[in-house]
Amino acid sequence: MYPSDYRYTKEHEWVRLQDDIAILGITDYAQHELGDVVYADLPKVGAKLTAGKSFGTVESVKAVSEIFAPVSGEVVEVNAALRDAPETVNKDPHGQGWLIKVKLAAPSELSGLMDSQAYQAYVAEKEKEASA
Amino acid sequence: MTAPTTTQLHKTALNAAHRRLGAKMVNFGGWEMPVEYSGIVNEHLATRTAAGLFDVSHMGEIEVRGPRALDLVQYVTSNDAAKLTDGQAHYSGLLTSAGTFVDDLLVHRISANRYLLCVNASNQDKDFEYVRSHNRFGAEVENTGERYSQLALQGPKALAILERFTRAPIGSLKYYRFMFDEVDGVTCLIARTGYTGEDGFELYFPPEHSERLWNDLLEGGRAAGVLPCGLGARNTLRLEASMCLYGHEIDDTTTVWEARLGWICKPDKGDFVGRDALLAQQRSGVERLLVGFEVQDRLIARDDCPVRIDGREAGRVTSGSPAPFLKKNIGMAYVPAESSAIGTELYIAIRANQARAAIAPMPFYKRAR
Repeated sequence: MYPSDYRYTKEHEWVRLQDDIAILGITDYAQHELGDVVYADLPKVGAKLTAGKSFGTVESVKAVSEIFAPVSGEVVEVNAALRDAPETVNKDPHGQGWLIKVKLAAPSELSGLMDSQAYQAYVAEKEKEASA
Repeated sequence: MTAPTTTQLHKTALNAAHRRLGAKMVNFGGWEMPVEYSGIVNEHLATRTAAGLFDVSHMGEIEVRGPRALDLVQYVTSNDAAKLTDGQAHYSGLLTSAGTFVDDLLVHRISANRYLLCVNASNQDKDFEYVRSHNRFGAEVENTGERYSQLALQGPKALAILERFTRAPIGSLKYYRFMFDEVDGVTCLIARTGYTGEDGFELYFPPEHSERLWNDLLEGGRAAGVLPCGLGARNTLRLEASMCLYGHEIDDTTTVWEARLGWICKPDKGDFVGRDALLAQQRSGVERLLVGFEVQDRLIARDDCPVRIDGREAGRVTSGSPAPFLKKNIGMAYVPAESSAIGTELYIAIRANQARAAIAPMPFYKRAR
């Protein structure tokens, strides 16, 4: 479910490293909690992100969810396909539903994030709370 | 760790059925209710194009009985219940003496001395106390919410699906009429009413039959495309149809005139709670009016977003959402009466943005008949 080469945050974002470029998205857990995604408000190419700070929103029919930057850096690409097909975030959250690509400013920030095992355990705990 | 509060929530008789279907459950006015099953957009579109089945058992019921039942109903509601015949229902309001809303409701005349009021779940106890406190007519008033489950089957295929389960002549039942008959072997109050803008039915019946009716209607309607629908789709459907929701468009600060619900206010019928205040406001004119709007870019207006007109704070969004069938971002808001004309330009503060919107005719959606 959660790719082993990705890193994850407590706010349910994921990061995938490709050389010095980080691809960011929201997790399957996040898209499921949010419901049908209808709009993603994302920064422009060139925008600077600071780890831990909100950089945009993903909206479903019912809710608005802020997205927090897992890492610092500069936006080098935005997923333009989401403009006409925001539901891709629901259908393929860890793949085609990526949000932005960032040129890392401080690669060491990645070590502070969860690996897939830790994230899976974190999500399992959330789900247990919800069904209690 | 904080203890989960779900244990204190009211549950409908279908709570386990919703969980089995994988519904996302939420606290809605003290009730644990399904907000969505397969997704709000999917459920919304199913209701517009085929059918949706909604558990609305959280809705409250109050019965008023006795020889002076009508006198009490007339005194506590704004519409003219004397116009109702047996088996007819109408939309109405319970009002404060200031003419604002205690609640909105459906009044069903079962017989000359028996009325069934269907009220909002979260207002049920307040409404019951309200009706009882104005009962100087000696009518019998009973809070009968626990005696009924309620299912809403809505959409263009609702009639065809329901006909498979009943011999009652429901096809000839007119809008806002009801009858008692068996559906799937269960005696129901079958009303041709709804809150989606589609044709459809609302069934009231004893809770012990809930699972059977729910499962059979879903199974029997499967080929026709029926889907279980949650409160999420119920909200987007009613918003497209421009129907008011208590706590949003109407509450104890708003009047029928402001909410454009003058058609449920009948001052000529005689005295009722709020009548004098409403007549006074009708003479003086309203300062604000409920309007519908369409946002003109991709931004989605949400409940409580501030609205500005000509650079001035003008009001707030009462309900705002994407409209899944119309594929627009719509909403309703109160604005100054002098700025309420169709086409008026609004700016809606959505986080750091000022989204351009225009006042649009309501209802946003009207089904073809």
